[in-house]
Amino acid sequence: MTAYLAHYLVMVGIYAILAVSLNLLIGYSGIFSLAHAAIYGIGAYASALVALKLGLGFWGGLVIAAGVGAFASALVAIPSLRVAGDYYVVASFGLQVVVLAVFMNWTDLTNGHAGLPGIPRPSVFGWVIDEPFEYVILSVAFAALTYAVCWRLTNSAFGRVLQAIRDDEIAAQAMGKNVVRVKIVVASISSALGAMAGSLYAHYITYINPSSFALHESIFIASLVILGGSERLAGPIVGAFVLLAIPEALKFLAIPDTVAAPLRQVIYGALLVAFMLLRPEGLLGRARAQARDGR
Amino acid sequence: MAAEAAPQRVAAPAPIMAVRELARAFGGIHAVDACTFDVRPGLVTGLIGPNGAGKTTVFNLITGFLKADRGSILLRGQELLGLPPHEVQRRGVVRTFQHLRLWSKMTVLENVLLGCATPMGENVFSLFLRTQAVRAENAGARERAMEVLAFFGLAGRRHQLAEDLAYPEQKLLSMARIFATDAPVMLLDEPASGLDGESLRRIVPLVRRLVEHGKTVLLIEHNMELISELSDVVVFLHQGRVLAAGAPAEITRDPALTEIYFGV
Repeated sequence: MTAYLAHYLVMVGIYAILAVSLNLLIGYSGIFSLAHAAIYGIGAYASALVALKLGLGFWGGLVIAAGVGAFASALVAIPSLRVAGDYYVVASFGLQVVVLAVFMNWTDLTNGHAGLPGIPRPSVFGWVIDEPFEYVILSVAFAALTYAVCWRLTNSAFGRVLQAIRDDEIAAQAMGKNVVRVKIVVASISSALGAMAGSLYAHYITYINPSSFALHESIFIASLVILGGSERLAGPIVGAFVLLAIPEALKFLAIPDTVAAPLRQVIYGALLVAFMLLRPEGLLGRARAQARDGR
Repeated sequence: MAAEAAPQRVAAPAPIMAVRELARAFGGIHAVDACTFDVRPGLVTGLIGPNGAGKTTVFNLITGFLKADRGSILLRGQELLGLPPHEVQRRGVVRTFQHLRLWSKMTVLENVLLGCATPMGENVFSLFLRTQAVRAENAGARERAMEVLAFFGLAGRRHQLAEDLAYPEQKLLSMARIFATDAPVMLLDEPASGLDGESLRRIVPLVRRLVEHGKTVLLIEHNMELISELSDVVVFLHQGRVLAAGAPAEITRDPALTEIYFGV
């Protein structure tokens, strides 16, 4: 039971990193991305490959993963964020499709559908982290770091500019804000953090394959943000706790085995719809105006 | 006496901004055509003309939101044409919009803070590496924002969302946030439209006070009475061309221009 709970908490930590970093785009900048799972995957593959092929340790892999994730995101962001509107949604969808195709088909590098096994567990100052509880600490520590970085960004003049761009891009330009540069910077930071989650995942599960980074995963991460509440930094963390807990809770329902899987899916979907009908602003709702003035 | 004084004030300073042969066509329609006029420092220049004369297009061309087909806009001798809007603002020209474009879900204070210069706070490296300097800059910006809000009589509203203000207050906020910038040239797009009574009467002294605080104002306005009261110079635009420029009294008394303006 302890190992089961530890696994849940590790995954909450990883998804909290993904959701909080994606919320920098969705909630704070008004940029909807469908490529966060691809970025997550880029981080996982980059970290796994440098560990398996170059023998580089966890920390080196983590830094490379963050760099590659930021670079991939900037490649798409630079042309597509120059234009206002929903172009980035389509461009990010394109990135998601291309990256997944690379994971599946560049078999010399990624081993295709079979994936990459044998990714080593991370070590911190020579201490190999292989107990579930130890990994909970690592995962939560990185989630806390992500939260701290995003808190600093959003509770600052930079964060104000992000919200100004989200609310009215033309007004932001007129007030001297370099909208394109700010959007590229925030997309890169969001992706660096998302790729870091991929690195943590790869070294935790020790095996990765493309199915963990498909489009439905991007949509799932976006659901964590929206259900948790995109107007609050902590909203996506609540989303991760709740959305990862529901499937686990449903396992305890007394349902005949023959219909268990589809019925759980139906209940899960119905709960999502109910949440959004009852709390369209997300579980945590909107930040009070007064609370935002303190920066 | 006042009528004699006005032309002297007009003639004195060299232009801070010189618009020359500015042109922009949409399809076959010449919205702005060989438009030439000066904006002199420390004065209020009124841009008037009938609907469709090209006034807002001129604003959009000056501020980089539209690309000109040809011409030149020199700010203190430096070319503005071809610069993106944020660069135009950084060079010293800032504008309001006819439809305000406030950040409605942000507070009044936040709207004005966005006008205050916070280069370190907007730089992600400084945010993490120069925290004390960022904090000091932030404190300075808040102080400046509070001064600006007091100037516009909005200090008591600072924690309210912009969307919760009454329309005249929203108008004031749209001016306050651009006043907070360091830009010396303020372009006001119909500052009095939609106002009446007391709020309309407050506009003239307010715009005058902007000038007293070192700003140069170019404004679009339809209210002729207000234009006469507000402006030191009036530029009359018709079909994208400057038909006349001079003291308000000269322009408003010209029967030919009155006929064009009112269509009578």
